[in-house]
Amino acid sequence: MEICRLGIGELRERFDRGELSSVEATRAFIERIREVDERIRAYLTVTEEEALEMASRADEMMKEGRVFPLTGVPLAIKDNICTKGIRTTCASRILHNFVPPYDATVIGRLKAQGAVILGKTNMDEFAMGSSTENSAFAITRNPWDLEAIPGGSSGGSAAAVAADECAGALGSDTGGSIRQPAACCGVVGLKPTYGRVSRYGLVAFASSLDQIGPMTKSVRDSALLLGAIAGHDPHDSTSSPLPDEDFTRLLGEEIRGMRLGMPKEFFIEGMDPEVEERVKEAIRVLEGLGAEVFEISLPHTPYAVATYYIICTAEASSNLARYDGVKYGLRKEGEDLIEMYRETRSDGFGPEVKRRIMLGTYALSAGYYDAYYKKASQVRTLIKEDFEKAFERCDLIVTPTSPTAAFAIGEKIDDPLQMYLSDIFTISVNLAGLPALSLPCGFTQRGLPVGLQIIGKPFSEATLLQAAYAYEESADFRSRRPLIGSSP
Amino acid sequence: MKITEREVDYVARLARLKLSDRERELFTGQLNAILEYMEKLNELDTEGVEPTYHVVHHTNAFREDQVRESSPREEIMENAPQREGDFFKVPRVI
Repeated sequence: MEICRLGIGELRERFDRGELSSVEATRAFIERIREVDERIRAYLTVTEEEALEMASRADEMMKEGRVFPLTGVPLAIKDNICTKGIRTTCASRILHNFVPPYDATVIGRLKAQGAVILGKTNMDEFAMGSSTENSAFAITRNPWDLEAIPGGSSGGSAAAVAADECAGALGSDTGGSIRQPAACCGVVGLKPTYGRVSRYGLVAFASSLDQIGPMTKSVRDSALLLGAIAGHDPHDSTSSPLPDEDFTRLLGEEIRGMRLGMPKEFFIEGMDPEVEERVKEAIRVLEGLGAEVFEISLPHTPYAVATYYIICTAEASSNLARYDGVKYGLRKEGEDLIEMYRETRSDGFGPEVKRRIMLGTYALSAGYYDAYYKKASQVRTLIKEDFEKAFERCDLIVTPTSPTAAFAIGEKIDDPLQMYLSDIFTISVNLAGLPALSLPCGFTQRGLPVGLQIIGKPFSEATLLQAAYAYEESADFRSRRPLIGSSP
Repeated sequence: MKITEREVDYVARLARLKLSDRERELFTGQLNAILEYMEKLNELDTEGVEPTYHVVHHTNAFREDQVRESSPREEIMENAPQREGDFFKVPRVI
């Protein structure tokens, strides 16, 4: 098999058997990036030199017998995760020249294992969007159809994994930004439980919702990558104090008797019938493996989009107040301090970011706070309670990841509300702080991937991965690969 | 109409943004459509429901007050759009 088609676990086996070095693997991925990224545009920055240095250090580590699951494995990192000395832009003009003086905790953990960083991937500006079209720098294309979006906001990471431009990647998920692009690009994407992974060094969008997570070629790879980045961090007081665990420990265990809930509110009119069919087929496969499937209700689902877009914009309007042209990033001169702020921010932020700052500022402003922010936070409680009640009866919840497969580039960009509605199946999970995973469950007739979403109880990632692995083993979609257009 | 062009301008001022005439018009239309959609929440009676601001139970995270290595000053200052020595430089305030 070509080296660049290998995932994390497969590279590990070859490294451990001495059949392949990290430098050889890293070269193969750099070669692949050179070959296809002009068409895909998954990366904003490729750190070729640094990657090769990290790879030769990893080879040294392996020679000395210091081997961790990620040692020598070449990865792509979403460009809202701080990397010391490597430009981190959030795909925004306002941070176009920002070079972080420190590593995010997840990067520190990966470096300690000897992982290799190939570069930083494209995204919707400040992770705001569902198509990666809101990037200030590039349009990323879906490797399965170059005229389709890769999903968003972690569209660059998803496309890089799907196009074999890395062995695995990190994304971030505030309302579906790992799972929806994973579904669109036919890869595995896991949003961990809120608090499972440190947010230190993740550029904040909505702090009560953001989580970093793996995007990979297989379920096992997600378990390995999660294991490398998870754990308590004194730099993030919302990170969980639970002890480290091996997320691969239940892979291969049978799922007989596992109770799977299908929320009736997620199988609604307006969903693409092909998506519904593929997801129902996948659920039947899980049933065939001995799982018990039954209907459940999450009655407040129809209110999730409105709730989410009030809460996330309110948090964003506060978090993005720091971009003022003083400490880093873009500065546009103005006649006084306030004018300097306004000129800088108006020039530096793109339309979707401005729209969300405006919406959040409005929702938090005097006279509207109770009607919007407080109301939404109360409905958030009702949404969270829906899940708590459902999990009294079932172990996992199975749903489509997104109501449609990847849509065409340009199709929804002028209609923000329609774009928001593409997150309808993913956002309630963030509001409730739960872990959820998207994995490929087939294709539409046009050949676009469809994603199955599995939602778990807080901190039940191992069980989530167990069910996903059982499905993946019995319905292998990995043999089908994107062709990435014709040769240049 | 949930929000007028005048209010949009006021909110932009609060958010330290400056909108062009085109943006003001566009945002007024779009924000109205979005706020209209948010009205949906009023179908729910939330009287007496505790709001959820965070899913994690927060307790104060205490630590020993010890001297530790700080972030490297020069690397931080290198990102400054304008500086004077080790200070960030801004337009005259007073």
